[in-house]
Amino acid sequence: MAGPVLEMRSIVKTFPGVKALSDVTLTVQQGEVHAICGENGAGKSTLMKVLSGVHPHGTYEGDILFEGEVCEFKDIRASEQRGIVIIHQELALSPYLSLAENIFLGNEHAKGGFIDWRETLRHASELLRRVGLSDHPDTRVADIGVGKQQLVEIAKALSKKVKLLILDEPTAALNDEDSDKLLDLILELKKQGITSIIISHKLNEIRKVADSVTILRDGQTIETLDVKAPETTEDRIISGMVGRDLENRFPERSPHEPEEGVAPALEIRGWTVFHPIDQQRKVVDDVSLQVRRGEIVGIAGLMGAGRTELAMSVFGRTYGRYAGGTVLKDGKEIRTKSVPEAVKHGIAYVTEDRKHYGLNLIDTINRNISLTALGKVAKRGVVDEHEERQVAEGFRKSMNIKAPTVFEPVGKLSGGNQQKVVLSKWIFSGPDVLILDEPTRGIDVGAKYEIYTVIDQLAAQGKAVVFISSELPELLGMCDRIYTMAAGRLTGEFSRAEASQESLMRQMTKDKEVTR
Amino acid sequence: MSTDVTAKTPAPAPPGKGGAATGDGLLQLVLDGMRRNMRQYGMLIALGLIVVLFAVWTDGDLLLPRNVSNLVLQNSYILILAIGMMLVIIAGHIDLSVGSLTAFVGSMAAVFMVKQDIPWPLAVILCLAVGAAAGAVQGFFIAYGGIPSFIVTLAGMLIFRGLTEIFLEGQTLGPFPEGLQKAANGFLPEVGPNTNYHNLTLLLGFAMIALVIFQEVRDRKRQQEFNLDVPPTKLFLLKLVAISAAVLTLTMLLASYKGAPIVLLILGVLLVGFGYVMRNAIIGRHIYAIGGNLPAAKLSGVKDKKVTFLVFLNMGMLAALAGLVFAARFNAASPKAGLNFELEAIAASFIGGASMSGGVGTVLGAIIGGLVLGVLNNGMNLVGIGTDWQQVIKGLVLLAAVGFDVWNKRKVGS
Repeated sequence: MAGPVLEMRSIVKTFPGVKALSDVTLTVQQGEVHAICGENGAGKSTLMKVLSGVHPHGTYEGDILFEGEVCEFKDIRASEQRGIVIIHQELALSPYLSLAENIFLGNEHAKGGFIDWRETLRHASELLRRVGLSDHPDTRVADIGVGKQQLVEIAKALSKKVKLLILDEPTAALNDEDSDKLLDLILELKKQGITSIIISHKLNEIRKVADSVTILRDGQTIETLDVKAPETTEDRIISGMVGRDLENRFPERSPHEPEEGVAPALEIRGWTVFHPIDQQRKVVDDVSLQVRRGEIVGIAGLMGAGRTELAMSVFGRTYGRYAGGTVLKDGKEIRTKSVPEAVKHGIAYVTEDRKHYGLNLIDTINRNISLTALGKVAKRGVVDEHEERQVAEGFRKSMNIKAPTVFEPVGKLSGGNQQKVVLSKWIFSGPDVLILDEPTRGIDVGAKYEIYTVIDQLAAQGKAVVFISSELPELLGMCDRIYTMAAGRLTGEFSRAEASQESLMRQMTKDKEVTR
Repeated sequence: MSTDVTAKTPAPAPPGKGGAATGDGLLQLVLDGMRRNMRQYGMLIALGLIVVLFAVWTDGDLLLPRNVSNLVLQNSYILILAIGMMLVIIAGHIDLSVGSLTAFVGSMAAVFMVKQDIPWPLAVILCLAVGAAAGAVQGFFIAYGGIPSFIVTLAGMLIFRGLTEIFLEGQTLGPFPEGLQKAANGFLPEVGPNTNYHNLTLLLGFAMIALVIFQEVRDRKRQQEFNLDVPPTKLFLLKLVAISAAVLTLTMLLASYKGAPIVLLILGVLLVGFGYVMRNAIIGRHIYAIGGNLPAAKLSGVKDKKVTFLVFLNMGMLAALAGLVFAARFNAASPKAGLNFELEAIAASFIGGASMSGGVGTVLGAIIGGLVLGVLNNGMNLVGIGTDWQQVIKGLVLLAAVGFDVWNKRKVGS
């Protein structure tokens, strides 16, 4: 280590009415991987925007020293010229341009205003090899998976002669396999002398790649820890983030005792679905499972295992092409061919992608909550606004949705609070069966605990809960039973006692080779 | 517009400032309330300014009773279209065919009434059905066929314009039966003793004010009953006074001429009706939902295709109504009728607060937007600005209105 490459000193950034960063100091050593973590709203992204010139010099207080020099970036271009490249959470690739075109977008190899295709191709394939991609540079971005797209972003950064690479939650949208590849690449780049800053919620990830971690809370630097030091445990990091010792990450719950002789609330038999475009591909293959009232049943699986596809297909055939299978509610076969039918039979599906499939971001909290069951606050087709408002107020209080009023547009809320709105909306629809798809994705630790508590209460009220998650600890902490899926098939079923991270992971990766 | 108010009844009450705000004074309260609802009030203020500007510029001619009456009649068809267009835009679509469709329905009306001698009330119903059918066909291709509305209605724009010319054989056809002319161009009947004012109009105006106050007070009471925050009493009273004054002014103006035009009554019913539906009916909520986030609406069980279909069917019917009013006003069906009406209606919607991406806007906004354009037209005619410059100015107003909105949102957003 050759001393600090980056120092950010006493950074203060205020937005109208909000102090986003009140006093942040960050020191990154040359050649290290430096993790930044903190709850949502702690100021991580804002800090990186200050660093990369998105918030130009003059709009914040404090100094940025890069390679020992004071820097005053007026825009992103200025910071990129110094070799600071940020890769945002939402990928910024143009889907219908080729990999090569994307890599050099805004930075083209050109002669007299015309693209030099020879050099573009040569350089692009070199960069793609460096990030471990073997795809042809002429492939369209839309035709490769999200994991590979993330690597293309890094190739793009490399083309700009990056010295300091900033990754904002790079693995949020990736499955474990792609995440591993990406993390390995970060370590590889480290060997080549590239310093990285990685913002992440995933503590195991931080343990794997980071050398040190800086914890932010409420716009302030709390501490910087050496990840390799033995006393830096996950619980240690979490307590730094939330500012209190997190004794239990999950609410205490007494395991569900199945009642004998009562038909399960939801039973799926032999469910099979084909891919919507690739008609030959079975995405869900002969899946049968059941959930009882008061029970929380987990579905574990890697990305692409078919969990979301199963859930959406059962919920009104909203995914793919149905090819067989029946749904039974309380022992009786029901039709769930459309969403209204599924809702009528008391099934709710809480999507994994709340921004695109869950909420109308430009509309208010109360209107989002009432949408699925407007009939409940309406008489003869006319909505009673006062009743609607009261319902929403009720949820705002009981779910602890942090907003001044229920007339706040949902888009202005933080991820955790948005998730609470989605949950409220489906709870309001009065379901017997809730299918929760990654209900804690991308939300901070404190809000996660609140969501767990809600899920627990739902089960205690006698609702059947299907809990789809990629985070094994949360499944182990919450579920009475856990199914595993791989490549569209059910590969295992574990009781709470039998399940462990290792046993689940074994089943989650089991059939992959066999079916391929 | 005397009937605006009920459509915007319970504007989201700002959180409890409490009625006890004594020191800041009323002005502060008003400004606070406005800032929270910039979108709604911005254009209303702009409309007020434009009215004042032209009233001064024309030495008061703009607000002569005769001219106000004219203003309503002149703009009625655009306002009718703007209501429908607002719904289409909120649903995340666009309809380019309405100008041609108004002409087409006008030509059908002429064929029915002038050539076939069908009694005019029956012909009106037939025409509305034709409009609804035209809208339904387009709506079918958009909702169930999955063809973008821009394309479908662009095709419709060409098709209906062509059909109009075919039906009319390139000629202007008229005149229309007197009954229709009276309905579309006439005023409420004269009743009661001679008071120098139009009695029925006065009565209607007063009834309107009473209704609004009743509605608002009931609304406020209910909110308080449920322990919900309500705007401070002073602000509430001021709002009532302002609304009453506006309604009263318009009533007196109209009553001192020939009374309220029948078309104004139709417009009022449409405004209140559609305003109520968009705000309070389930179908209205569903229109906002599909425009705001289609996938989320689908997954929430909204029958998006049916809703889209109905929105276009409704647009077709309103276009037919506009076509009838227009044809009756000029007492002839012309192949060139309704030219660029779609653009005026679209402009009115955007000036009135609609968003290109859908999910935002109010029926009242469409009317305000339409009135901004209408007053501009009328005022510029009065001061003798040529149509060439009128277009330039209207273009700039559209740009400025939407630009202001974008700027205002950005300021609030970040």
